[in-house]
Amino acid sequence: MKLHEYQAKELFAKYGLPVTAGSLVKHISEVDDFLKKFPQGPWVVKAQIHAGGRGKAGGVKLAKTESELQQKTSDILGMTLISPQTGPQGRLVKKVFLTPALDYEKELYVSVVLDRSTRTPVLLASAEGGTEIEELAVTNPKAIQKVLIDPVEGLRAYQARELHLALGLPKEKINQGAALFMKLSRMFLELDLSLVEVNPLVVLKTGDLHCLDAKVSFEDNGLARHKEYAEWRDPEEEDSRELEAAGHGLSYISLDGNIGCLVNGAGLAMATADAIQHFGGAPANFLDVGGGATAKAVTAAFKIILSDSRVKAILVNIFGGIMKCDIIAQGILEAAKEVGLKLPLVIRLEGTNVELGKELLAKSDLTYRFASSMDEAAKAAVEAAKEGRP
Amino acid sequence: MSVYLDKNAKVICQGITGSAGLFHSKNCREYGTKMVGGVTPGKGGTEVDGFKVFDTVKEAVSKTGANTSMIFVPALMAADAILEAAAAGIELIVCITEGIPANDMAKVNLLLKQYPQSRLIGPNCPGIITPGAGVKVGIMPGYIHKPGKIGIVSRSGTLTYEAVWQVTSLKLGQSTCIGIGGDPIVGTTHLDALEAFNKDKATQAVIMIGEIGGTAEEEAALYVKKEMKKPVAAFIAGTTAPPGKRMGHAGAIVSGGKGTAKEKIAALESAGIVVAPSPGEIGQALVDALEGKGRKKKSSVKKTRK
Repeated sequence: MKLHEYQAKELFAKYGLPVTAGSLVKHISEVDDFLKKFPQGPWVVKAQIHAGGRGKAGGVKLAKTESELQQKTSDILGMTLISPQTGPQGRLVKKVFLTPALDYEKELYVSVVLDRSTRTPVLLASAEGGTEIEELAVTNPKAIQKVLIDPVEGLRAYQARELHLALGLPKEKINQGAALFMKLSRMFLELDLSLVEVNPLVVLKTGDLHCLDAKVSFEDNGLARHKEYAEWRDPEEEDSRELEAAGHGLSYISLDGNIGCLVNGAGLAMATADAIQHFGGAPANFLDVGGGATAKAVTAAFKIILSDSRVKAILVNIFGGIMKCDIIAQGILEAAKEVGLKLPLVIRLEGTNVELGKELLAKSDLTYRFASSMDEAAKAAVEAAKEGRP
Repeated sequence: MSVYLDKNAKVICQGITGSAGLFHSKNCREYGTKMVGGVTPGKGGTEVDGFKVFDTVKEAVSKTGANTSMIFVPALMAADAILEAAAAGIELIVCITEGIPANDMAKVNLLLKQYPQSRLIGPNCPGIITPGAGVKVGIMPGYIHKPGKIGIVSRSGTLTYEAVWQVTSLKLGQSTCIGIGGDPIVGTTHLDALEAFNKDKATQAVIMIGEIGGTAEEEAALYVKKEMKKPVAAFIAGTTAPPGKRMGHAGAIVSGGKGTAKEKIAALESAGIVVAPSPGEIGQALVDALEGKGRKKKSSVKKTRK
């Protein structure tokens, strides 16, 4: 679960990390209230969307006067931001964060993530912060410091001090810098985060460190331990079909093609999408109904697939293990009846009770094409999507 | 012979009184696994479906001589269950539970180093099966397997069944199949499994099923290039996955342009592994690997350079 910057900064403040207060504004009329609290300009207007690269896309603006603040807030509210992280369709900005602007000397980068190769959280930091960090990671990876964090004990004080010096930060601020890095690490571990990032972390004229931006993602698996933050989820920032699917215990990801897929198991679901592409088609989605899906969940899955108007054919690929093929067949029949299925349907069933499943389908009045292997199923679905009939 | 699991396994199930734990314990017993009991804290001294229930793994081990555990406890308690099994001296810990927070697994990974006798498979995995010994510890359907000489290692569940099925349909059969799990941090990696298959006399060739995300397949490819004496076929799922989207498995995500299917396939092919272009051709890739096609490709490249 991703947080907005304004939420992440609230969390940072709780951990005693240096952030600048501000106001969340959803409507231009709210700017006056902000000005009462923060009369002293200049200010920054920052688009609140769940994607990075906001600055370059025009979603972060400096305002020197009150009228400029009004103008820029009005410009950004309602604009569609397109950054490398939003996808080509962009993201509509529904809220902005207003905050007083700060003068600073230097920009740095710091984040905590899980490093899969060392199987441990790591703190990444670079003296060259700002908007070019992704490029730096590719062109000069050595400029990025990587400190392994003991997942039980957290970042140790000496590691934090060494990092402070390695980044070329002011010596007299060594304890301040070390405390900041340790707080970020503690926050990552205590809240089961998958990402905490400060870009940029800045050095003020006084030499003090300050978190100019804040990015936080909770790991969904750990969220059950931190229920007080679950309500911070912003459904407006998430794909409605993905949310709907999650509510039924299904895992759904929207893709760009026109063949709707219904599969059991994440690996097989990925592989099914790959097979469709291999035979010249394009999957409309990734949909994993899970290991123990009920007929009800299968119906919900069909409805989600059909709510996507781009879908021209549906491919069901089930390898029954614990899941029995006859249960799946029942689910398909119930779903087809309930939703009035008209699109071409290709079904591939294999595994436990496959004969029973086939029999149920054959006895019904459902129009479908049965495939006896994964490749055959993918080919048939690609053809059906092209022809627009079963 | 086999890998990690043979007929000497005495298995307990942690979380045996839960519906999934009990259901799969019964299935394992039916398949032939020596199930010697289970653990549910607070229910020690009772019995379910002929399984003796203990309060702790320690007690279960001392009373039954268990050396293997299958874990079904809920995600937020699973890390503790894994460490409990290790502390009690369990040698093979198979954790089926999915949804364990990654930070918990980072801690487990660190702490398991104190118990070198213990091997963890999973979490978020279908388990392990050795058909020739008639033993399985996990949730896979036993009947699709057949005793044979092909080792299979995979990050996925149903996609593993798909590979098993293709091998069985070719009348080749499997030595041991290991589902290592779809999480970012797992106990046993592709590399570990390949090393074990390489040493195992009963294994003639290996199928490795990978996924996007991380670099485990690349590390395995490096090993194959340097050390592997047996043919290897592979498939990598997730060619169509968009960057930044988690494809069902917590580990299957392309982030920062790393861990793409394309990169992985290139690494595998350069190591002489035959990579199936589509999931329906995993069996064919194995046949090609057995005929030495992966290696041949490498030497023919050398020839053209001359």
